[in-house]
Amino acid sequence: MTTDPNIDCDLLVIGAGVAGSAAALFAADIGFNTVQAGITSQTIFASGLMDLMGVHPPASGRVWRSPHDALAALAQDEPRHPLARVSPVEIDQALKMFTGFLSDTGLSYRCRPGRNVRIPMPTGTLKTTYCVPLSMWPGVKALEKQQACLIVGVHGLRGFSARQISESLQPVWPGLRHANIRLPDRGYREEIFAEPFARSLAVKDNRRRFAEALATVIGQKPVDAVAFPAMLGLGNVNDIIADIAKTIARALFEIPTMPPSIPGLRLKETLEEGLRQKGVLLLRQQRVFASQPQKDGFLSLVGTREAPTTVRSRAVLLATGRFLGKGLHADRKKIRETLFDLPVHQPEKRSDWHRTDFLDSRGHPVNRSGIETDDALRPLTSSKQPLHPHLFAAGSILAHQDWMRAKCGAGLSIATAWKAVQSFKAKVG
Amino acid sequence: MVSEPGATHAVDTGIRPMKSIETQVLIIGGGITGAGIARDLALRGVRCVLIEKHDINAGASGANHGLLHSGARYVTSDPGSAAECRVEGSLLKKMAPDCVEDTGGLFVAVEGDDERYVAEFPALCRACGIAVEPVDVPTALDIEPALSRRLIAAFQVPDAAVDPFKLTMQNLHQAVALGCRLFRHSKLVDFTITQGRIASAIVSNELTGERFAVKAGYVINASGAWARVVARLAGCTIDLICSKGSLLVTHERINHRVINRLRPSSNADILVPGGTVSILGTTSVRVEDPDHIFPTVKEIDFIVSEGAAMIPQLEQTRFIRAYAGVRPLVGSSKKSDDRSVSRSFALIDHADDGIVNFATITGGKLTTYRLMAEKTADLICRHLGVSAVCRTRHEPLPAADATRWTEAGYAPRQWAKKRDAGDIMLCECEMVPKSVVDELIDSIHEHNGRPDLTSLGIRSRIGKGACQGTFCGLRTAAYLYDINELKGREGLHSIQAFMRERWRGVRPLLWDTSLIQAELQEALYCGLFGVELNDD
Repeated sequence: MTTDPNIDCDLLVIGAGVAGSAAALFAADIGFNTVQAGITSQTIFASGLMDLMGVHPPASGRVWRSPHDALAALAQDEPRHPLARVSPVEIDQALKMFTGFLSDTGLSYRCRPGRNVRIPMPTGTLKTTYCVPLSMWPGVKALEKQQACLIVGVHGLRGFSARQISESLQPVWPGLRHANIRLPDRGYREEIFAEPFARSLAVKDNRRRFAEALATVIGQKPVDAVAFPAMLGLGNVNDIIADIAKTIARALFEIPTMPPSIPGLRLKETLEEGLRQKGVLLLRQQRVFASQPQKDGFLSLVGTREAPTTVRSRAVLLATGRFLGKGLHADRKKIRETLFDLPVHQPEKRSDWHRTDFLDSRGHPVNRSGIETDDALRPLTSSKQPLHPHLFAAGSILAHQDWMRAKCGAGLSIATAWKAVQSFKAKVG
Repeated sequence: MVSEPGATHAVDTGIRPMKSIETQVLIIGGGITGAGIARDLALRGVRCVLIEKHDINAGASGANHGLLHSGARYVTSDPGSAAECRVEGSLLKKMAPDCVEDTGGLFVAVEGDDERYVAEFPALCRACGIAVEPVDVPTALDIEPALSRRLIAAFQVPDAAVDPFKLTMQNLHQAVALGCRLFRHSKLVDFTITQGRIASAIVSNELTGERFAVKAGYVINASGAWARVVARLAGCTIDLICSKGSLLVTHERINHRVINRLRPSSNADILVPGGTVSILGTTSVRVEDPDHIFPTVKEIDFIVSEGAAMIPQLEQTRFIRAYAGVRPLVGSSKKSDDRSVSRSFALIDHADDGIVNFATITGGKLTTYRLMAEKTADLICRHLGVSAVCRTRHEPLPAADATRWTEAGYAPRQWAKKRDAGDIMLCECEMVPKSVVDELIDSIHEHNGRPDLTSLGIRSRIGKGACQGTFCGLRTAAYLYDINELKGREGLHSIQAFMRERWRGVRPLLWDTSLIQAELQEALYCGLFGVELNDD
């Protein structure tokens, strides 16, 4: 390794997902000189919804109305769960800061403080979540009030059927109706791609013609609200929706689509813009392929082996995610942590990784594997000591949680990012 | 079109009338054997009804290597089967060229394999009439570069690859065109037996719960590994072993020819190419119950390690899916090694058990299905006094449009030829567009089936590519709603069933890239959509 680094900083955040971005935000707010490196390709798989805690215990399938009651029960039942290591006050504060930051950067969020909400999904299921992009919020209210609502699908858009959602949800939302629209200016035999359409709505004239086409489909139907697949603009989505809603004279909201999705893209772009404004140095689409702990910090290599950027930092925050994020890797026998070769808590053998039923309500044991930390979220070696006083971890790489089944993905990422940054702050006084 | 169950009415437990169908022959089982019999009988002008409790090829016919045996594999253990395979294999290449990829095959030995066996092999092949040619090691490595550098011997034989789905569907297609009636999702629940004859078979429609009776002059049990269960309903017993075999599908095709390990039949010693993939197997594990079987992690690890001795890159290869089938092996439940049980078939006339119009055909191989059908149809015709002779030996199997889409790599070629921008791709991994799904839906309706993700998956490559249904499952479900083929909450149930079924095949091979794919799948289906919470 070279001894003359290209970049010197207080904190290197490794990972460009929600956990890494939240950590970079919190660190920058404190005044740490922060660098964030990592591949963002996965963020577009994010839905844009911010779950806090929906189901506990997963095996019971119990969906909680209050995420805070669920968190309290979790702390009782699963003291090793990473969210049990963060106080309820801190969790709320972290979430508020993160969504506040997104709102300030143009991606507004809404929630009912202390209460989970539900929104319709393209599979015809209802998703329980906590904070919702403003573009989807009228859907939460329409469902609560059981309003008459028309879901409008798009001819040529794959993976989204208005009829599927409306028919599947009839038992819980009898006021749902469905219709399909042919987008203006398109040869209607063509496939519709969400991103170009979303971008096209930035132009006022396109917006007007789309709104008129939508109004024609709605006609005189007695509906209070109209739902559309989440592709109503990329930036400036709130103004676009308000503009169209005025023309159709109904509340208008988005229903998430299957990823990679526009809300995921919005999240990615908003995070990048906001973090840059905060002075975070972003080394995006660059992977950290080596990080060497040193006495006073870390020396990390970023980018390519042939011409790496070297980063010297006082601390490293590991938010590299699980298998999809490549923070963990599995061969036929064992799961490993990819950067520091940290011990990974895991089932004894591969036959115990997954259950025989994909939808087994208990979840798959492999999803509770991960790295173990102390209370300050510092990864532990096999002798249960922190690997380095200034190495921290956050997000889904942490052991003893199953965010997919507990519906706590964003909450887990944001709260542990907060905790890890606060721990670093405490260590350096 | 297939007509509705007939007009006469029988009485079921005296509560309400039950529809009743009359026919000359009732065939139980919609695998390759039942399909072959249906076609053979239809060509002789015999009217028949075929019932299948799931969908076509739900048992061993849909869960095998897709290997058209030259017979070389059985030259030591079972020369009788070897000769049968030789004759039938070469016949099928001529009669059903559409279903066969004539790849040729190699038998290879590596350092450490029994050299005496290697030395005896060519003579044993010749004794069974099998064309065998020695290939020197450098040439073998040249024509099959994936082979181990530790190769010591290689022989060329006329093995080939066969598409079992296409084969079964083409047989059924012609049978139906000639008047055979086909009932899927129709399970035999009981026989009514009077004076040593099966008077009627009581069948339950598994989709509606409705029951109907089939009154047939003759009943043939072609239910493969379930033959024992079916025979027992008529009070007959069969000595039958259920032997589970697990197989693995690679992400990309590794070999040009079928590659067999040159040693006495053992585990994981055959790699069969088919279209754009290769299939590695098998194991042989005795099971009691042919239902609810799936490949285990232990079996998969074993198959990979063993296969790698012959093809080293199997250690690093990405596998897409594993599956398991049950071989019905007849007549030797006392033998300790199931591999030594004859792979020939058994045609059992239950007249000997006191039921004069009932027989069971089971055992055998995919390669010899035609011969099995011929012998069975001969027995039935003797009983019914039909003098027409078998025609399948000389009449080619007609290709049918809706049976083309199971072949790996076929759909992408067709799509590339057509280049129709309006034909939206529902499955990107295997390139199955909307128009193919439309065609399959028509064919499913024609055969009294129900289009959903599972039935479309059987008939096409949907769900069989790298994403294993993660994206194409959602896209296809949405499409089925938009064209009114799904309604209410059926889509959710169909998605759940489809993903559960796909899972059974990926669970044992979730490491490296496949584990990443599985995580993405769960993040979507459970993390985002909460499909597991709506399990009603």
